[in-house]
Amino acid sequence: MPSAPPVVITGMGWVTPLGSDVDSVWAKLLSGASGIAPVTRFDATTFATNFASEVKNFDLRHFLGDVAPHAMASIGTQYALAAAAQAWKQAGLARAKLNGRRFGIYLGSGEGPLDYTNFNAANIAGWKADTRTVDGAAWAARALPAMTVEAETEQEPNLTMSHVAAEFGCRGPAFNCMTACAASTQAIGEAFEIIRRGDADIMFAGGSHSMIHMLGMTGFIRLTAMSQRRDDYAHAARPFDQTREGFVMGEGAGMLVIETLDHAMARGATILAEIAGYGSSADAFRITDIQPEGKGAIAAMNQALRQAGISPRETGADGRPQVHYISAHGTGTKENDKIETAAVKGVFGSLAPKVPFSSVKSMLGHLIQAAGAVELMTCVKAIQSGFVPPTMNLKTPDPECDLDYVPNAARDLRTQGGVDVCLSNSFGFGGQNDTIVVRRWKP
Amino acid sequence: MSRRVVITGVGAVSALGVGAKALWDGLCAGTCGIAAPTLFDASGFPTKLAGEVKAPDAPPASFSAKDYVPKSYRKAVKVMARDTDLAVAAAKLAIEDAGLITRGSLDGAAGQTTYPGERVGCQIGAGLINAETDELSAALATATNESGQFEYWRWGTIATEKHPAGVGGMNNLQPLWMLKYLPNMLACHVTIIHGCEGPSNTITCAEASVLLSVGEGMRVIQRDAADVCFSGGAESKTNLMGTLRWTLLKHLTPCEANADPASLVKPYDPASKGTILGEGGGMFVIEEASKAAARGAKPYCELAGFGASHSPPPGYEAIRTRSRLSSDEKPHDGIVYAIEAALGDAKVNPSEIDAIVPYASGIAHVDANEAAALRQVFGSRLKDIPLITVVPNTGAAVAGVGGLQLAAGAMAVREQRLPARIHAGSCPSDMQADPVSARAASLRCVLVVTSALGGQNAALVLKKV
Repeated sequence: MPSAPPVVITGMGWVTPLGSDVDSVWAKLLSGASGIAPVTRFDATTFATNFASEVKNFDLRHFLGDVAPHAMASIGTQYALAAAAQAWKQAGLARAKLNGRRFGIYLGSGEGPLDYTNFNAANIAGWKADTRTVDGAAWAARALPAMTVEAETEQEPNLTMSHVAAEFGCRGPAFNCMTACAASTQAIGEAFEIIRRGDADIMFAGGSHSMIHMLGMTGFIRLTAMSQRRDDYAHAARPFDQTREGFVMGEGAGMLVIETLDHAMARGATILAEIAGYGSSADAFRITDIQPEGKGAIAAMNQALRQAGISPRETGADGRPQVHYISAHGTGTKENDKIETAAVKGVFGSLAPKVPFSSVKSMLGHLIQAAGAVELMTCVKAIQSGFVPPTMNLKTPDPECDLDYVPNAARDLRTQGGVDVCLSNSFGFGGQNDTIVVRRWKP
Repeated sequence: MSRRVVITGVGAVSALGVGAKALWDGLCAGTCGIAAPTLFDASGFPTKLAGEVKAPDAPPASFSAKDYVPKSYRKAVKVMARDTDLAVAAAKLAIEDAGLITRGSLDGAAGQTTYPGERVGCQIGAGLINAETDELSAALATATNESGQFEYWRWGTIATEKHPAGVGGMNNLQPLWMLKYLPNMLACHVTIIHGCEGPSNTITCAEASVLLSVGEGMRVIQRDAADVCFSGGAESKTNLMGTLRWTLLKHLTPCEANADPASLVKPYDPASKGTILGEGGGMFVIEEASKAAARGAKPYCELAGFGASHSPPPGYEAIRTRSRLSSDEKPHDGIVYAIEAALGDAKVNPSEIDAIVPYASGIAHVDANEAAALRQVFGSRLKDIPLITVVPNTGAAVAGVGGLQLAAGAMAVREQRLPARIHAGSCPSDMQADPVSARAASLRCVLVVTSALGGQNAALVLKKV
């Protein structure tokens, strides 16, 4: 088999709780800003977690000329379209003559929120307290006249991709995966493999999600996975801190344009970075808990590093570890941060404390399925700028989290040789582990 | 030299029964599994029949995932949605069929698994799982005001200035409630039960989900990231929310509870008023060919080609109007692209395809699009190619439908036999969709193809080994 072609990133776009422009949000991340505030989407005042990291002042018309075809799209789909429009623009695709059949799309986008007004009312109308059953006829009588085909269909998790593909003309391989919090990292990794294999020349890859709605918040509150620091929400996202007590819900989208090196060169595109390796594994342990030694996370990181040709326990020619920055999954839950730390040690051995390893979830919150794509983009920005973003709110060290989390202030690595290689982790409920290694493109 | 991939185990669950044999026997006999649903009350909908999974002569409620998980895992069944029940059962049946020993089949007993966990992948196609209305309705009903309307503050638990005491309606949901409904839970339970530590994915592309998942599993094995994958998928939309959505889409043919089930789903009939919802799906053991041969497995067929594409679909008005098809594109082009990619990957010409397993949904505009694509690829030879149709027998199992199509295709290649077709309407003269009995056939290459409401298309080419 001929060796696989290099795959490069040529466009990036995101929609985040700190804004929707790549460079200004990056500056905010380096300054330690927080996107967290009380929930405005619905009345969450009595919810144990009544705050979240919401996208503010979003208007799709700032990103697309004609938004009419997307008028009924779910909020997550609108974020994906805005992120895709930015990536498309940066990649210079408006000028490119693309062969649609060689232009694929792989998203890790989540479902759209329910039509709660009518959904809740139908469920209540159907409930028969005496028999503790649902009367289907009463349920349907309330639901059928009130619910609409648009609102229901737009919740389907493949519809985000349908909108993006229709808007930008993707006719090649098309997938949407839902592997919980690992989804958009997995999407980018699988898109990378599709291109390496030769099934497409260029792809949109990324994801979008919003779970800032009634049952999304409810589900995580019932799991006790979210911080309940109601009186100090601005500091509620505290990955790796001993007082951490859960993640903060965020929302948004991240989208990349990735393509073969040849395809990018032929159309004169600017190369932002190279995707060097991808690893995917399952814990196969428990649906609620992470394998305690981080076995699955270690497997994913090792696969990605092996594919990138990097030996994590050996230093490079400059005496530094060969990975210059790790973007942590770093949710701020007790379990994740402890086990991810152990896994990084398991991979990098004695070099682990020398690799800056931070979590932007301390500022953005957890963008759920969109998190991995946005975090991979921060790795590309780290490569471009030579700075790595901080883990904010890390005030009380945890003896079990004893690596270099870049606490509370961004770090300028330019005098130490800059940032050439980054690794980004994403782990999902049920034991889904995905890792991507990105590298500065050097011709 | 590219690694070749074969199917060595098939597990299917459908309205024709539990197990690939039940599906195959039912298809060959021309049985229809559609009936009045027993797991939900369809009386409020215009369509009063559905294809619920059941063993022959047993009620659907008697199907339980408990019978398909190791004893040590039975407690976990209470956090499984029905979609997961179906996938877990199908996976166990496929693994048994392939003769594999997994962590699940050992269930704590001493012994060696056929493959080390890190060489076992799992890719499962799933739908948007509908929350069970019983648990949710009971909880929501506690958070209503005097007029019976839901109020958000009553759902939470924290007393506030405005509301002296939230009543905590949400606490009526079990703590793990959400984990029941995450689409990746089908794959997670399968990986946990059977110890699959390799690449794992969950594809949510509606009707294309299973073929995309199996195609991705094939790629995972080809790129040497695993030697075996448990791939496939399942969905259950035979519930209130699923029926509501497909009613709103006008995908369902109106019918009374006493209608003749076998007369309802009429693939490619332009006058068809819709289909019937089914549930179920298929799971497959796909294996690297030399490893399968070395352990003496008898493959059903080779997975020789895979293709995927997107095209703005004809199925949903809001998307059709935004389709932005260029002037030289047709709505069915995407299906053609997927088929051509799969044929090219398999290095097979259209003239070598001996049978096709299409979606054949009975939804008139979806069928018309599929038929146009098949005509474009196969031309005048289409009338000579037998079609294997499944939906008239099982109902449309949404994300699981590809699993039933692929199971039927794999069985046909192994048995060198074509199953019967049932059809009570009128068929186009250039397509073999009309009623016929099961019969022997020489099947070297079979095409399986489906397309999803959102415009996702997938195709697989199966080759006789």
